[in-house]
Amino acid sequence: MKLIYEKSSPGRRASTLPSYEVPDVEVPPELAREDPPRLPEISEPELVRHFTELSTRTFGIDTGFYPLGSCTMKHNPRVNERVVNLPGFRDLHPLQEAEGAQGALDLMWRLQNELAEVAGLPAVSLQPAAGSQGELTGLMLMRAYFADRGEQRHKVVVADTAHGTNPASVTMAGFELQKVETDERGNIDVADLREMVDDRTAGLMLTNPSTLGLFDEHIDEIAEIFHEAGALLYYDGANLNAVCGISRPGDMGFDIVHFNLHKTFSQPHGGGGPGGGPIAVREHLEPFLPVPAIVRAGDDFRLDYDRPKSIGKVRGFYGPFGVFVRSYAYIRSYGPGLREMSEVAVLNANFLLARLKDAYDLPFDRLCMHEFVLSARTLKKEHGITALDVAKRLMDYGFHPPTIYFPLIVPEALMIEPTETETKETLDAFADAMLEIARDAAENPDVIKEAPHERPVRRVDEVKAAKRAVVKYGFENHPDLSAEPSEARELEAQKGA
Amino acid sequence: MSQLSLTDRDREEMLAAIGVSSIEELFRDIPEGVRFRGDLEIEPALSEQELVKHLEELAQKNVHTGAELSFLGAGIYDHYVPAVVDAVLQRGEFLTAYTPYQPEMSQGILQAIFEYQTAICELTGMEVSNASGYDGTTVAADACYVAKHVTGRSKVVLTEALNPQARQVVKTYAPGFGLEVVEVPHRNGATDPDELGEAARDAACVIFQQPNFFGVLEPAPDLVAAANEAGALPVAHVDPLSLGVLEAPGAYGTALAIGEGQPAGNHQAYGGPHYGFIAARAEYVRRMPGRIVGETTDVDGKRAYVLTLQTREQHIRREKATSNITTNQTLLALAGLVYLSWLGPQGLREVGETCMGLAAYAKERLGLPLLFPEQTTFKEFAVRVGRPAEDVIREARAEGVHPGYALKRDYAGMEDALLVSVTEKRTPADIDRLAEVLAG
Repeated sequence: MKLIYEKSSPGRRASTLPSYEVPDVEVPPELAREDPPRLPEISEPELVRHFTELSTRTFGIDTGFYPLGSCTMKHNPRVNERVVNLPGFRDLHPLQEAEGAQGALDLMWRLQNELAEVAGLPAVSLQPAAGSQGELTGLMLMRAYFADRGEQRHKVVVADTAHGTNPASVTMAGFELQKVETDERGNIDVADLREMVDDRTAGLMLTNPSTLGLFDEHIDEIAEIFHEAGALLYYDGANLNAVCGISRPGDMGFDIVHFNLHKTFSQPHGGGGPGGGPIAVREHLEPFLPVPAIVRAGDDFRLDYDRPKSIGKVRGFYGPFGVFVRSYAYIRSYGPGLREMSEVAVLNANFLLARLKDAYDLPFDRLCMHEFVLSARTLKKEHGITALDVAKRLMDYGFHPPTIYFPLIVPEALMIEPTETETKETLDAFADAMLEIARDAAENPDVIKEAPHERPVRRVDEVKAAKRAVVKYGFENHPDLSAEPSEARELEAQKGA
Repeated sequence: MSQLSLTDRDREEMLAAIGVSSIEELFRDIPEGVRFRGDLEIEPALSEQELVKHLEELAQKNVHTGAELSFLGAGIYDHYVPAVVDAVLQRGEFLTAYTPYQPEMSQGILQAIFEYQTAICELTGMEVSNASGYDGTTVAADACYVAKHVTGRSKVVLTEALNPQARQVVKTYAPGFGLEVVEVPHRNGATDPDELGEAARDAACVIFQQPNFFGVLEPAPDLVAAANEAGALPVAHVDPLSLGVLEAPGAYGTALAIGEGQPAGNHQAYGGPHYGFIAARAEYVRRMPGRIVGETTDVDGKRAYVLTLQTREQHIRREKATSNITTNQTLLALAGLVYLSWLGPQGLREVGETCMGLAAYAKERLGLPLLFPEQTTFKEFAVRVGRPAEDVIREARAEGVHPGYALKRDYAGMEDALLVSVTEKRTPADIDRLAEVLAG
């Protein structure tokens, strides 16, 4: 398929613009554009066709089952798209005076309250733009909190099952990383933990249930270790979809929680975003939250910037407001019955696990929460079929693959999260496909190694992509990469989560 | 619950297959002490119809830019968003896909991101763009992180005429990055290159905005030269819609070009979600934050697109990553690509010229003293209203006109300064109306 730039023809255009009787203004010559940008020159019919064709070469939840572990690919209710496009939300300027934005502030206030209730913690800031920014904001709060208390704490403990964002955020926040290992039941190794926590420890970052899909059975003990050392506990909400209304992070002992609104509370993932990463905290951390805070006086809402201990701003304005509208609508469609969302997510995951655990390796034989991790280790050893091969073959059955090669502690990992919105028929069809692939690994491995067979492209040469680093169209100088030898060189590295 | 798909019979069969007798039993690994046994105190569930009504009621309490004649800008602008943008974004495949980890499933969105990266590079005159940052403020912090690692220096310089929110975000991030932040004051609304060059000694980077927060055209090539002279990376924060008429930052030698993408194809949405863009010279490609799509071929030699250079990223490099970003703003960046494709190079130029022309008409028509009379401006400009700007805003709003932004919210001593923004959506008659209201 051609790039839009290759469909361009000089003089063609889609836009029509108003013209007014106004003065012509000259830009000083030293600041004026010399060569115009080579944007596409294309008519509207061709523009629409181009993007429609691109969309048909993209697989979304609307297309089919998308069990990408730790990404919570649930159905996106269409009513959310209707309400987010109401002009009162869509066309509201962020610097509108508070009296002209009462509906928006009221909605944010309500969403804060609902998130606080789900977290079991009293204070919320909606500002962070995504989960990883929520993490970073939480770590900044830790930093500000200990600085305010005059304590020198520079170490943050992260589990070896953590998402890569956790260690990356630790570094960006200026802390030093300490890794804690996982024990043979898939919990944090508490003995290991006791060794490393001291009066230089700022806190722990933990996902619970973990990326193994397992609830840490010693969470109360872990919280006690940190709190006794005067440190804080940070909850990575990536897996909150398992426990809404069932176990609240605040009740588990966490002091700071981030939510992934795009996971738990159903944002359309948009090919990679937008997200939303609000954080909830305990009372003693509230003064450090980003500005502005939303304040309510009677029926009036306003924005309060006068927070002397605040860390400042982590993003423009008040956060990704359109994301708030959708998540608020989503939560209100459940009401207090939100718990059922998590119950069904966990039921669906356990059902799939029960159907698959004899055909693949199961590193930790426990009931799972909303997701589980299998391993293709035996398939690889006996038949040379890797997790990557299984993923590619699933495409031929019309499924998006699960997350693979993550968490890092499980070799040949397949991390599967079905979510609550799928039917039993879909889960059965997926399980049947996985079982057939396991059988074919022994009997017909080539069909798996050659997969996928029916997609717009077959396996791609990732090594060539990285080596050549062609990251934009080069117009008349664009290289012809097909003239160079191609191999299916795909990196056996994390894809998903 | 309309989002759930299991029947009672499904549930029974599934529990039996798992070998448990109840859903409750699935949660047996959770210690009793941390179980939540109450009912969540969340407002009652609403049917779809009730939900729409409830949200319509909330939305109606807002005064949006279609309900008031608005001259508010200051970073977010009421430019026209064509129908084709909304139509493309509502394609379910784009809407409900995630990060394209598996290229065979995602050629469409991967190609779209590649086309977006190309558009940003064309606009800015740079050689590499990522798939998007969160917004125009966080990309400023990203640029500082790049500069810190490239130069090994521990100070960053921001101009006072850089968007105040971008400055606040940089200041929030700076302690974690181990960076000191220095600000260079404006002189009559613009930055003095010599003063900037002085401050840039030992600095990792210098971030300035073109046009700046006051709408004023900075002597950008001179600012860049001053930063380069001092060995600091020059970073230009630019308005994408100015780049049909204003020179591309790459052409005058910036190391990085960043900005808020909202003016190009995103609705105002009370501040988000939007997209931030960050583009750089090729030599910095391996220090870039976030997703980057590259071209390659499949096993048959057919052209294909794939996420690339991932050894920069958090999921591979973990604590040594160039950034922690994962979920970004792809859908909003896609809107940007569709919008820029709709405009084309000629349309981009016309939008810029129209905004500048309307702003010039407004300056003349309002007849108020300019805050910085000797400066050239783009689509917004500051006037002195002779009394507290908030009072003027309040009175004008009572007449259905929002006249602009009170600069005293960010700048001491600008009590009576009003920042007026004009986009192509405001007509000369609208401007006449503003003049009438401001004249009292």
